[in-house]
Amino acid sequence: MELIDYPTLKLLWWLLVGVLLVGFAVMDGHDMGVGTLLPFVGRSDIERRVIINTVGPHWDGNQVWFITGGGAIFAAWPLVYATAFSGFYWAMLLVLWALFFRPVGFDYRSKIDNPRWRSTWDWGLFIGGFVPPVVFGIAFGNLLQGVPFRFDANLVSHYEGSFWQLLNPFGLLCGVVSSAMITCHGAVYLAHRTEGVIQARAARAAQACALVTLAAFSVAGLWLARGIDGYVITSALDAAALPDPLAKTVAVVPGAWLANYARTPAAMLVPVAGYLGFVLALLLVRGGRTFAAFWCSALGMAGVIGTAAVSMFPFVMPSSLDPAASLTVWDSVSSHRTLFIMLVATVIFMPIIILYTRWAYSVMRGKVTAAYVKENSHSAY
Amino acid sequence: MAIDSVVELSRLQFAATAMYHFLFVPLTLGMVWLLVIMESVYVMTGKQVYKDMTRFWGKLFGINFALGVTTGITLEFQFGTNWAYYSHYVGDIFGAPLAIEGLMAFFLESTFIGLFFFGWDRLSRQQHLLVTLLMAVGTNLSALWILIANGWMQNPVGAEFSYHTMRMEMTDFWAVVFNPDAQAKFVHTVSAGYVTGAMFVLAVSSWYLLKGRDTEFAKKSFRIAAAFGFASVCSVIVLGDESGYTVGEAQQTKLAAMEAMWHTEPAPASFNLIAWPNEVEMKNDWAVEIPWVMGIIGTRSLDKQIPGIHEIVEKNARRIESGIHAVKALEALRANRNDAAALAKFEAHKADLGFGLLLKKYSADVAQATPQMIALAARDTIPKVAPMFWAFRAMVGLGFWMLALFGAALWFSVKGCFDRRRWLLKAALYSLPAPWLACEVGWFVAEYGRQPWTIYGVLPTHLSVSTLSAQSLYGSLAGFVGFYTVLLIVEVYLMVKFARQGPGSLGTGRYANEAAH
Ligand code: HDD
Ligand code: HEM
Ligand code: HEM
Repeated sequence: MELIDYPTLKLLWWLLVGVLLVGFAVMDGHDMGVGTLLPFVGRSDIERRVIINTVGPHWDGNQVWFITGGGAIFAAWPLVYATAFSGFYWAMLLVLWALFFRPVGFDYRSKIDNPRWRSTWDWGLFIGGFVPPVVFGIAFGNLLQGVPFRFDANLVSHYEGSFWQLLNPFGLLCGVVSSAMITCHGAVYLAHRTEGVIQARAARAAQACALVTLAAFSVAGLWLARGIDGYVITSALDAAALPDPLAKTVAVVPGAWLANYARTPAAMLVPVAGYLGFVLALLLVRGGRTFAAFWCSALGMAGVIGTAAVSMFPFVMPSSLDPAASLTVWDSVSSHRTLFIMLVATVIFMPIIILYTRWAYSVMRGKVTAAYVKENSHSAY
Repeated sequence: MAIDSVVELSRLQFAATAMYHFLFVPLTLGMVWLLVIMESVYVMTGKQVYKDMTRFWGKLFGINFALGVTTGITLEFQFGTNWAYYSHYVGDIFGAPLAIEGLMAFFLESTFIGLFFFGWDRLSRQQHLLVTLLMAVGTNLSALWILIANGWMQNPVGAEFSYHTMRMEMTDFWAVVFNPDAQAKFVHTVSAGYVTGAMFVLAVSSWYLLKGRDTEFAKKSFRIAAAFGFASVCSVIVLGDESGYTVGEAQQTKLAAMEAMWHTEPAPASFNLIAWPNEVEMKNDWAVEIPWVMGIIGTRSLDKQIPGIHEIVEKNARRIESGIHAVKALEALRANRNDAAALAKFEAHKADLGFGLLLKKYSADVAQATPQMIALAARDTIPKVAPMFWAFRAMVGLGFWMLALFGAALWFSVKGCFDRRRWLLKAALYSLPAPWLACEVGWFVAEYGRQPWTIYGVLPTHLSVSTLSAQSLYGSLAGFVGFYTVLLIVEVYLMVKFARQGPGSLGTGRYANEAAH
């Protein structure tokens, strides 16, 4: 049964959770970005309907990246699932409540022809697109600084911070990075699927957001290097050990979040991809090459998210209260058997999902226009 | 006391959010097959009215689906937010079906529902039918995986406690998947969904017939719903909980509570048709009994006994005593992993660890538990009898009522004169809430009947929660209930609006109440 040894599996699951997060950012990210832009880029009802219908057939499937991400963390990193979601209780509820607006917003908005009704749901879609990426950014910003939790002897987790504590300056800065990059991605997608004024506005928004992303990412990088202490495992590491997050010792060391780049210079490629992606996206959108720009901003997001993950590796959720209780890739995971079964399931289903998602997009390809929406006014969103 | 209220509030919040979710789930599960049937007829015969049926009922399906998704997202994360210790303790087993559900089912249903609505003009007839079919398969697979997870909570097979990691770990994935409890639940629950879908179409079609409008459309819909509904209601009743009864101890406790069986009776036991359970004296004040029936339903035999509540409490008290040794040995093992004596003791009493943990409600140090505490904890292992007894009878009663209704609907459909039987149409219309009621009380029986455990025999509910404050729980509970109630009102408003407007809302020019362009 030991087809793959335990340390390799643990490592693979770190990669896979990363893939799911990036998949979520690329897929659900673009419809959230579109939601964020909706009230600003769409100035009349018909413009807004055009915008909504660019993602109308796809947002629901895209949202499953988020749901499956949650399920996969539950299955592969149960302690992270338990500790992070109960610790960040109100932040998590904020995300859920914001997400509530999306299914109903998309589906119900155009079913009633009343301006107040429609504009209410438009703002609902804005909240559903804007709030989750901001909160996720803030959460990452707090992971990088360490989170105030500890375990008791039975491994019950106790979170001793408050919701307001999450809103510290570095956390908020990461929220800006996250929001700007997701909105940029949505804007690029919107420019690709529309024409005329909507396309022009979307392209301008994309460029502005790409610049904000690049600037905020740079500031956050400098801050991380200079002002934020990293965590280091100081006891001997046995990657094959049965997971027990209390079995190690950990030190808090200034500059430690850069250690991985010093140790493995190739890791520098990850932040470089972040920069490269958004610079290229910016240039390509300017040149009207929106399809290529979409994949470049996707690369950029993979780079940005990857930078946070690589800097922290092997930590996933460092504890500021009791550093030894920090959760890492090695000691907060499921059993060998469960990781293996989940790997098999992922390897089988992920390619199938990508294939039929691609098919769905290709069926619906082409520009969404005002004429299309009017013709289908009883079935389109 | 503060801790107590966090447990109570977390239970209330889970119950409320899950019950909201299950207002929408059954209609999705059932309607989607009706759409497949209607569209198949369209593809085979090419008759426009069947396409219009698919699109109109599909519109109502979509309004419902949106809230199914909205309420489902909460549940996916609620195990982490509110049941953190549970998530740690059983995530190794429980997380897997949830993640597989996402990969295998949610992606499928959610991707193809987009094409279902937007793909009519871009796909060939056959391709569109395939899309509808894949969406249906997706929703039903989602039910399968979540019920595998839920079935494991009733009957935790294929897993073992590890003192290294302080949690349950999977030992046999296929045992979890093919858990007989999960399979029984799956059959019963999806059939309940099919009944719900059929009842919805039947009731709305009856309303059009009573009003005398869109009659061709309504008659065709009624016939399909009658046939599908009759098959489904038979399946709910006959197949439903067949195996659920005989498997697992959770079901034995539940069965005893549902039937208010206080004492083990000589086989075959009699069935309490109705009774007045008295919790304090642990007996029925009075009962109307039918001899033999309980024994035959419960064991499918004439000679096997069904344990009664007194006997189960007795047995559980002994398991709790044994569990105390397991808890003590585990504490010794945590202090020193190489303590061979503790390990031997732990292995001997491991199966009762969960029963030992029940005492934590009464004493932080389980070793100090008094005989009185043990007696209280043993009594706790039986859920309150009266709510179980009556909820179960409500479900069964509604089941037989719907059997009669669908039977009549099918009978008169075959005879071809149902549209002139106004009593039938009225009965169908007024029975609209019946399947929802049956589903909600059904879940109540299943989940409340599992108390005091989240994982039967393994993890008590009062230990499963997150360390949150009661204020947080009050806030979030109010938020969920408020938010969902508003959304529910909006949903019902839209449903009623479009159901009233009828197929005219498609704007095809073929029906009454055409939508303005
Ligand atoms: C027997 C069926 C059943 C049961 C017991 C549950 N669900 Fe459910 N769920 C469905 C059947 C379903 C469905 C039929 O697949 C839904 C309902 C309507 C819908 O939109 O899809 C759905 C939607 C749905 C979604 C949105 C999926 C999407 O975007 O497509 C999530 C995340 C969940 N559910 C999660 C859960 C969790 C965590 C549950 C347990 C606590 C749960 N559901 C109980
Ligand atoms: C959607 C249909 C469901 C409904 C209507 C439902 C209903 C309920 C109810 C009424 C309770 C409260 C019981 C009590 O505290 O007395 C509860 C608790 C709970 N249910 Fe469900 N349930 C559903 C599905 C599920 C599924 C599929 C799972 C697991 C996969 C699940 C897991 C739980 C958990 C963890 C609790 C909290 C702990 C407890 O009180 O035992 N439920 N549910
Ligand atoms: C008429 C005969 C019926 C019988 C004998 C019956 C029996 C049962 C039993 C024993 C349970 C508890 C199972 C458990 O705890 O695991 C249950 C649960 C349930 N029932 Fe029924 N039921 C009947 C009719 C119905 C009907 C008509 C519906 C809805 C249309 C329904 C919907 C449900 C649901 C949703 C559950 C919870 C899920 C589950 O545990 O399977 N039942 N039923």
